[in-house]
Amino acid sequence: MERKPIIHIENLKKEFQVGDEVVRALKGVSYDIYEGEFVTIMGASGSGKSTMLNILGCLDKPTSGTYELDGVSVRELSNDKLAEIRNRKIGFVFQSYNLLPRTTCIENAELPLFYNHEVSAAERMERAINALNLVGLQQRLHHMPNQLSGGQQQRVAIARSLVNDPVVIFADEATGNLDTRMSYEIMGLFQDLNRQGKTIVFVTHEPDIAKMSKRTIVLRDGLVVEDIVYEHQVDAKEELAKLPVTD
Amino acid sequence: MVFSNLIKISWKAVILNKMRTFLTMLGIIIGVGSVITMLAIGEGSKQSIRSQISQMGSNMITVRAGSQRVGGVRIDDGSQRSLTIKDVEVIQGCKNIDAVSPIVQSSGQTIREANNWPSTMYGVYPEYLDIKKMELKKGSMFSQRHISQSSKVAVIGQTVVTNLFGDEDPIGKTIRFKSTPFQIIGVLESKGENTFGQDQDNVILVPFTTVQKRILSITYVNSIVASAKSEETANQAVEEVSVALRKLHKSDEGSEPFSVMSMEELLTTVSSTTDILTALLVAIAGISLLIGGIGIMNIMYVSVKERTREIGLRMAVGGRSKDILLQFLTEAIFISVTGGLIGVVFGIVAAKILTVLTQWPTIITGSSLLISFFVCAITGIFFGWYPAKKAANLDPIVALRYE
Repeated sequence: MERKPIIHIENLKKEFQVGDEVVRALKGVSYDIYEGEFVTIMGASGSGKSTMLNILGCLDKPTSGTYELDGVSVRELSNDKLAEIRNRKIGFVFQSYNLLPRTTCIENAELPLFYNHEVSAAERMERAINALNLVGLQQRLHHMPNQLSGGQQQRVAIARSLVNDPVVIFADEATGNLDTRMSYEIMGLFQDLNRQGKTIVFVTHEPDIAKMSKRTIVLRDGLVVEDIVYEHQVDAKEELAKLPVTD
Repeated sequence: MVFSNLIKISWKAVILNKMRTFLTMLGIIIGVGSVITMLAIGEGSKQSIRSQISQMGSNMITVRAGSQRVGGVRIDDGSQRSLTIKDVEVIQGCKNIDAVSPIVQSSGQTIREANNWPSTMYGVYPEYLDIKKMELKKGSMFSQRHISQSSKVAVIGQTVVTNLFGDEDPIGKTIRFKSTPFQIIGVLESKGENTFGQDQDNVILVPFTTVQKRILSITYVNSIVASAKSEETANQAVEEVSVALRKLHKSDEGSEPFSVMSMEELLTTVSSTTDILTALLVAIAGISLLIGGIGIMNIMYVSVKERTREIGLRMAVGGRSKDILLQFLTEAIFISVTGGLIGVVFGIVAAKILTVLTQWPTIITGSSLLISFFVCAITGIFFGWYPAKKAANLDPIVALRYE
């Protein structure tokens, strides 16, 4: 089966001017990520993985090299065009959830659709509810973030990332604020979404989390040092069942 | 972004911070409210002055002797003895003039038996009544015959009647003014005080010649009043009279020893004075509106700081700089416009209360409401712009990690 590359990067470089010094965060990175993949990007701090994710997420532009997202070359696009790409093609999940306070789950989940004028208010609501159903929060539609646990809050954030039906979901240390149990629950959810065909790129520094993906790209000092495709994907739900029951 | 979405997002932000929004609005409410109240006071006093002046006769023209120059020092106007009965005759000949009357006046004590009262005697023509829009309450006005005979007859105002006669009927009685006896032949209808607080009823009207010759022994007249044929031709009449008098006095424009003024001009003069006062009041009230605006800027700035991560998130999920700018600008305008609307109500109520408490006339004009409202909308845009721009210029990467 001929697979379609969702992400195609070639010799990607990113430099920052810090004072008089030029910091080279990415020194020429190339890889493809195909539709339906579940990729983790690993690396120590300073390895360039945050810069990598900012560029992949169209929040930042590379200094040189090629980045094509779903066939669109990103480097030449204006800021407004980038915003539109983020709105239509990308879903974001952050380490600290970034939910709007005192705002219900539905309203949080439908946020990206506010910036898509093709979606009516009724459709927005419907799609937000569907996304929340998908992450298992059908009982919490009208709750506020402060009435939810960390894991539930992250589920709302995942629902928000799904609501625009993106070609790829970028997760930045999405389990970083959660304990092991909740982390595995969230990973289970990501695996489910992946099985349903969602392409997922997950930045983490935890090896056990990385093993729950299908492929890991390891960055060090701005270069890809390893690109591992797992023969056996660890099932998050099985791992969760193995955990000793606390309380 | 779709307009309704913009309103929805901004409304939500405003509603989430009710107390803060209200306190911020308070500045605008007080600002707009006081501007409206001040405009109402200004407009009210202007209208009441106007109506009082036009009661005096809106087609009246006054000719006064010009200011006198004594060795370069200009003495009080009207002190020059340049006007005479010849001027009256010339004015009478103008085609836009209906009636004319010279005025010579003398102030002094008026005596009736044991009572006395300080009053002013005006030597005038019978036409004076029509020109000044005065009415007789009883008796009759003196006639041309009385003028030619310099008769010692008088028509007196209500204040004189009250102080010298009490409840007695004064018709046919005699009063003394500067030891000259006058027989009362008429009483004037009361006119009350004029705009400048002068009692218009403390007058004694006497034939012109009687005062000029018997009381003052002068050859000039103090001033001349005339009435134009209609209100519309008043200004034409002023021009015509000026030209005719200049010819008589052989003087050029600008150096004539007299001044001709219509009521309309007087109105303009008085109005411009009240306009300056109103402008001053509004300027002071405007300062509070300005401070209200700065309050909005302050709170919007705090709001942008506080919601930096939210801004980052909105940008990450597809909000363009323009969308963020509009969102915060809409919030600022929402606060200022709502505050402005409440302020308008507040201003109207304050003006009404003021009228009840102090009897000051206040008039609220539609234009003052409209202007205040637009000013505060503009205030919102002006003071909301900087914080909104700041929000729109945030880098989403930095904003998302902002602690």
